[in-house]
Amino acid sequence: MKNNLSQAAIFFVLLFALSLAGFAQEPEELPPAAGDPSEIAALQDADIVIGLEEEEPEVPVTTVPLPSGVTLRDLPNDDGTGLYLTWEAFPEESPELTYTAYLAETPNGPWLEAGSIAGNESYMEDHGHYFPIFYWFKKSREAKLHHVLLVQDVATGEFDAKGNAIRLPEPEGFTVRPNVGPKNKDGRPIEPGIIDPDTGEEKVSTKLVEIQPRTIGELYVKLEARLGDATAEYPEVLSATARENWFDVSKTNMLILAVLFGATVLYFISRARRDPNLFIRKINGLDAVDEAIGRATEMGKPILYLNGMSSLADLSTLAALNILGRVARRVANYESTLVVPCRDPIVLTVAQEIVKAGFADAGRPDAYNEDNIFFLTEDQFSYAAAVCGIMMRDKPAANFFMGYYYAESLILAETGASTGAIQIAGTDAVTQLPFFVTTCDYTLIGEELYAASAYLSREPLVLGSLKGQDMAKLFMMVVILIGTLLVTFGMSFVKDLFKALG
Amino acid sequence: MQFFRKQFPILLAFAMGMTMFIREFVPAKIATDLYEGFTKWAIVIVGFSAVFAILSLLHHHVNRVRRKVPGYGYSMVTIIAFIQMLLLGLIFSVRPGTPVGWEYWWLFVPMQATMFATLAFFIASAAFRAFRARTWEALALLIAGLLVMIGRVPIGEFISPYLSDFAGWIMNNPNMAGLRGVVLGVALAQIAISVRIIFGIERTYMGGGD
Repeated sequence: MKNNLSQAAIFFVLLFALSLAGFAQEPEELPPAAGDPSEIAALQDADIVIGLEEEEPEVPVTTVPLPSGVTLRDLPNDDGTGLYLTWEAFPEESPELTYTAYLAETPNGPWLEAGSIAGNESYMEDHGHYFPIFYWFKKSREAKLHHVLLVQDVATGEFDAKGNAIRLPEPEGFTVRPNVGPKNKDGRPIEPGIIDPDTGEEKVSTKLVEIQPRTIGELYVKLEARLGDATAEYPEVLSATARENWFDVSKTNMLILAVLFGATVLYFISRARRDPNLFIRKINGLDAVDEAIGRATEMGKPILYLNGMSSLADLSTLAALNILGRVARRVANYESTLVVPCRDPIVLTVAQEIVKAGFADAGRPDAYNEDNIFFLTEDQFSYAAAVCGIMMRDKPAANFFMGYYYAESLILAETGASTGAIQIAGTDAVTQLPFFVTTCDYTLIGEELYAASAYLSREPLVLGSLKGQDMAKLFMMVVILIGTLLVTFGMSFVKDLFKALG
Repeated sequence: MQFFRKQFPILLAFAMGMTMFIREFVPAKIATDLYEGFTKWAIVIVGFSAVFAILSLLHHHVNRVRRKVPGYGYSMVTIIAFIQMLLLGLIFSVRPGTPVGWEYWWLFVPMQATMFATLAFFIASAAFRAFRARTWEALALLIAGLLVMIGRVPIGEFISPYLSDFAGWIMNNPNMAGLRGVVLGVALAQIAISVRIIFGIERTYMGGGD
């Protein structure tokens, strides 16, 4: 108790001492409230400049860096509608600094603002659009540049009645034709201004006009840097003509690889003609096809085959249809029933033809029933519901899910699993693969879907393509390994060879 | 006639395949125009194919009703729904506020949503099956799956701040490596099947076998 009292006494003494010290200081005069006219006038009359006494007030001088190294080029690898404007970037540029490009059809203007960028954006590396092998050498000389793409294209700008641009097309794509005022669709200029019948005043109306694309001939460009109110203009007016290109040089590596790969496949196909006993790796899912069809036949139940949810434009659907042809032939041999509900009308037509041909090839054209290959619906979940209904009612003994699938994959496969059917799936939809792996007895993962047709047919020509595909994969694996090692040691030229520059 | 059944489709596939391949490397406007033209053709063809779809649908279900196969009542519902929707659409148009619009918003959309919602239950049952650790691979899947799941919810952060990082590492490294392997294989396989189709080696899609 005594201790507590003494501590409290010390605390109050200290507090009192601190209060006295604070009170003893002179209170600072508060500055006049902002916008108080009397106080401001008083300050002005007294000619007081705070902090400078009698010296002249210093006016900050804004210096705008002059753009340098400005180049205007035809945009390579395009359809003749683009120009490329680049200039050297300063080591450090603030976002307050803006660059504005102006475009004209004549060297003397009139100039129309083509667009502007902030100082700290739109950088590029000066590797240009070279064949990749040269890119590596060029890279050592690369500089940090700003770039602006000036694209001539079909676009719509908004102009007032006097022909002044109000709203230009979207930033970065600048379709600009100076001196093009609002015009009718037949090309005649629209009369400037509309007289308001009520007031008699000339109204400044806005018109949407379509600017004709593809300005032929030279275009002139000038560049201006702006910082606050100060500007600096690149002294030279640049000119260039956009030209149409017939080959995209930036895709050269893609072309070479595609041709090389295609040639490898064709080589192995021709080799397969001479030596039909090519070794092809085993695909368990496809070995089970016969088992599934046999089981369905023994049980006297139908086989359900789905071609996926995509259209015929999708390669996985084509692969699924190829497998359908092989499956149809075997089903015809086993004298079983094949049910193919379709989602896409064109896939339906093709599937009907394929199954018909499969039955004919097997010597059982009479067993083909067109009614078993039918259209359900194009709607995703309605399709899933209808297929689930078929599974629950008809209880097919084997379900095939081939092609591309979306969120309905699990609904389909899980319902099929609940009916006790043997299920074989094949898809290149990587997001759906786990669902199929979980719920199906066999799953063809990615490329196996595409190999399935060749594998099932056992025809040397088609198997040869499979061998070529495997060789290409081996090549890619070696390149990835070498590239990874080289990049680890700081050498990137192998990686650059495969870089998409387009 | 044999030419139009066998050779002509192969020639057509070759011409179109090569044109589309070359187009990929030609930036000139003619290539873009060509592509746009083909796309428009495809739209027109798809439009016409809808007729086949309707005929197929009606043929299938009318046959089922006529033969009184088990469950033919569902086919009757389909036929009646099709006819009434067609008639209402023709009479009142298909805009919102019309009977077709009402059926769409208050019957079709809720049924779609219901079907989608069942996915949650299917995921639960599939997960139960997937996470039975009967083999070492399944055990690894189970552990990785649990870590990723826990690492991606707030409680994971609560248990250990490293858990979400570890879940991210699993997704970005082992998972991504596997995923890229699959994608690369698919890309190569797609080129191979394209070569087979363009050069007429793979003809199953024509419906004529080999």
